[in-house]
Formats: sequence, C-alpha cells, structure tokens
Amino acid sequence: MNNRLRVRIDKVFKVVFRIAGFACIAILVSIFMMLLYNTVAFFSQIKPLDFITDTQWNPSRHFGLLPLLASTLLVTLGAMAIAIPLGIGTALFISEYATGFVKNMLKPAVEMLSAIPSVVIGFLGIVVISPGISNLFGLSNGLNALNGAILLAIMALPTIITVAEDAIHAVPMTVKEASYGLGATKWATVKNIVLPAAYPGIIAAIMLGMGRAIGETMTVLMATGNSLAFPTGFFSSIRTITATIAIEMGEVPFQTTHYYGLFALALILFLITMAVNVLAERMVNRIRKFQ
Amino acid sequence: MNFKAIFKENPLPATMLLFCTLLVCTFLFLILGEIFSKGLSALSWSFIFDAPKNGMTKGGILPAIVGTLLLTLITTLASLPIGIACAIYLSEYAKNNTTTQIIRAAIRNLAGVPSIIYGLFGLALFVQGLQLGTSILSAGLTLGLLSLPYIITTTEEALKTVPQSMREGALALGATQFETIRDIVLPASIPGIATGVILSLSRAAGETAPILFTGAAFYVTGLPGNLFQEFMALPYHLYMLTTQHQSIATVRPLAYGTAAVLIILVFMLNIVAFMIRNKFRKQLK
Repeated sequence: MNNRLRVRIDKVFKVVFRIAGFACIAILVSIFMMLLYNTVAFFSQIKPLDFITDTQWNPSRHFGLLPLLASTLLVTLGAMAIAIPLGIGTALFISEYATGFVKNMLKPAVEMLSAIPSVVIGFLGIVVISPGISNLFGLSNGLNALNGAILLAIMALPTIITVAEDAIHAVPMTVKEASYGLGATKWATVKNIVLPAAYPGIIAAIMLGMGRAIGETMTVLMATGNSLAFPTGFFSSIRTITATIAIEMGEVPFQTTHYYGLFALALILFLITMAVNVLAERMVNRIRKFQ
Repeated sequence: MNFKAIFKENPLPATMLLFCTLLVCTFLFLILGEIFSKGLSALSWSFIFDAPKNGMTKGGILPAIVGTLLLTLITTLASLPIGIACAIYLSEYAKNNTTTQIIRAAIRNLAGVPSIIYGLFGLALFVQGLQLGTSILSAGLTLGLLSLPYIITTTEEALKTVPQSMREGALALGATQFETIRDIVLPASIPGIATGVILSLSRAAGETAPILFTGAAFYVTGLPGNLFQEFMALPYHLYMLTTQHQSIATVRPLAYGTAAVLIILVFMLNIVAFMIRNKFRKQLK
C-alpha cells in the first residue's frame, strides 16, 4: 500500500470517528426536539396553563399534569426515604466495616441486584409485596404508592450504593489515619471525617438514584394500581407520568390531542430527569476539585 | 481492624450499618428465592422449546426466547459500530476543549434519559418517521440508542487502559494514527470492550418500556421470520402474562417460569462478562 493511500485512509477515519462523536449530541438534541415539536402541537390545542393547573387527567377533555406529577413525586420521595438510609448505610458498611471475604461477596451481590430487569421487580411487587401490604395494613388491595415506593427503592439502591461507595472509598487513607491517631473510634472517624469528606459524592449518589427512580416505568406500571385519582397518601392507588405514557401510548390514535399530550408529559419527565442528572454531575465535579 | 473489634468499640452504629446491608441482601435473596423456588418447577424442555398453546395457558416460550436473542443481536449491530467509533474519538482524537465537554455531557445525559422516552423516540423516528413499522428492527434500533451511552463509556475506559507508550511505539515506527488504533489499541483493549458491551446488552435484553410500542407483541405465530415483523420478547411476555392476560391465576406458573428464564439469561450474560474480565486481569499479571 502506498503512503498517500495510507494517509488518506487515516484522514477519512479521523472524520468518521469525529462524526460518531458528534452523533451523541445529535441524538440528545433530536430526542429533545422530537418531544418539543409534539409538545408545541399539544399546546396549540390545550392551553399550557390548563395543562399545569388542571387537577384531572382524563384524556377526552382533561389534560392535567398535576395528579400524574404528584404520583411520580410521591413514589419517588417514598422510594428515597427507604433507599437513602439503606444505600448509604450499606455503602459505609462495604467500604469501611466489611473486610476480606464479606467485602468480596457484597460487591457482586449489589451488581446482581442491579442486573435484575425492572419487569421482574414489578412482577415481584404483584406477587409478594402487594399481598404483604394488604395483609399487614388490612387493605383490600396492595397495589398502591407504598408498593411502588418499595420497588423503586430496590431499583435505586444499586446506583446509590455503587456511587456512594466510590465517594467514600475516595476519602484518602491519610485523613482517616490522622483521625485514628488522635484517638477517634471507627464510628467517630466515619461520622466526623469520612461522611463530610464524601458528602458531595453521596449527594450525587442520591441524585442519580432519584433520577433512576423518577424515570422508571415497568415497576410502577405493574405495581401501583393505575388509578387516575389525585393521590392522597401512600395507600392510594396512583399512576405516574411514566406509567401513563406506557399505558396510553399503545392505544391512542396517531396525531390526536391525546397523542400529543403524552409527548408533553414525556417532555416534563425529560426536563426533570435532566435537571436531576445535571445537579448530580455538578456534585461529582466538586469532588474532583476537592481531591 | 476486623468487624468484631469495631463492633466491640461501638456496637450501635456497627449494628445499624450491618442491618442496612443485610436488608439489601435480603431484597436480593427474596427476589431470587421467590422467582427460582416457584419458577424452576415450571421449567422443562417443552417450556423452553415449545410455542405457547391454548391462549398462553399451556406450552412454552420459545418464540419469546428467540425474539429476545434476535432483538439483542440487532441491538448489538446497531449500537456497536457507533459506540466504539465514538469512544475511539473521545479517547484517541478529542482535545480537552469545550466541544469535547459538550459531547461528554450529552453522553451522560443520554444515559439518564428514562427508557420510556427512548420508546417514544423510537416510535416517532423508526416506526413512524422511517416507516419501519412496529417491528423487531424498530425495537432493536431503539434499544441500540438506549445502549449507546453505556457502550461508549465502558469502551472508552477500556481504551484508556492501553499504555500510552504502546501508541507512541507504533507512531514512531511510522504507523498512521488510524493504523495505530486498528493494530495496537483495539486488539489490546478488546477484552475490556467485550466486558462492557456484554453488560450493556444484558441491560438492554431486560428492558421492556422501549419495546412496548416499537414492536413487541403478545402473541405471534411462529418464530420471527424477517426484520419487519412484530415479535415476542421475554420481558414483554412476563409483563403481559402478569397484568393483561384474561386468566391471570392460571398463567401464574408460566409467569414465574418466564421470569426465571429471563433472570437466567441476564445472569449468564453477566457471568460471561466477568469471566472475560477476570481472564484479562490474569493475562495482565
């Protein structure tokens, strides 16, 4: 092969690789534009103010975001109330307390938990958690927000544990040894040195877990009862933004107000998850500066 | 200091952290125990190698297994070339400037986009825009987009582990940058890339939301014959058996069996990935 051809091939592939790099931006922008385009079509038929203030989602007349958004926030907050203490506790245990064999077994266990498909966890919500809740609280139906919160907590836990453990692990040994040298106990060191130092990373872990929980579809679709009523508490059946899109998109006629409405919901979801992820990223960058 | 010593020093926090960890492990064992204790009894050769019969109440799930495997293959073909090319760009070519930072931010945000939104995007772009219809091709392409950020991130990490001196050696011998990548960097990082790709695919194989409206069907007679047909997939099959079937109680054992097969499939992919990773680590030593 002559040298001119080799150089030409080299140049061609440089361009090919560059195009692939820019394709990522193109995909993200196209997703956003697709959502925006359909949302604009929706707002030409339904006033944005009605979309935001109507307290009913009943797609023949009422396109109210509020009950769905409230449902999404309710299960997400419930999930976080369970997953944050459990996740950080587990991350601390794996990183600071466990040694040897136990430590080597816990990491694959967390990876296994994260590998379980969401539809299987939703199935478990129906066959195990739902009867459990209805027996424990004497309810006729265990498919409610509490069920969804428990399942979303299970879904968010691996993310929270992995990211928080990385942050805790990144606290320099010298800082901890200085604390032990001053006579501090293990717990005092964890509480006063390790946790404050790993704080941005732990916040990032929580945000990333939350982003995962907000966008999760199958578990909440299967296990929260699919009721369009405005949620009143953890025992009410609910329907999140994701579940609404999943249920109604399959049945809705193409290019109707209802069809566009589902894209408007998706845009709201996209913006929320994006905001959460950007905040998480800022926190991660803060640790990098700290190190 | 081992756990016993730490425990004696300050029992309460140690107990609480241990409790958190045990609870998380309980979740895992509860899921696996429930699925396998009731699912394994439904498993048999005929369950795996037969088509569904009598309105899903009898027979097996062969079309769903084949559908998921084929779907994963299409996903791989769709995402691998772009994913690896993008990772090569980021690792080998990109300078640390604003443009590169924007690309990286885009990739991180793509990883955070909820899977149901990929489903909508697939519906708008592949099913309606490119007129591919609800088909295994549309679903595979949609899952390909979903896997892309994971494949890029893991591939880039694998490329970064190749020592700079190897690249410099090749360049000093007169190889062009492309030749260096093709003959030195890629061969050296293939085990790392394979691990990451298989893990991304195991995630894609278990996804349900993106294929809901891009091509998955509850029942299709026969195995998938061409790329433009609707298809059955394991996760979607489990969802339908659990929530949409007329006689949910009758098909419950089949649902357990389907869940068990899905988990076994996903875990098998994970185990293959870890075996490749471990073998590679030993080679490095």
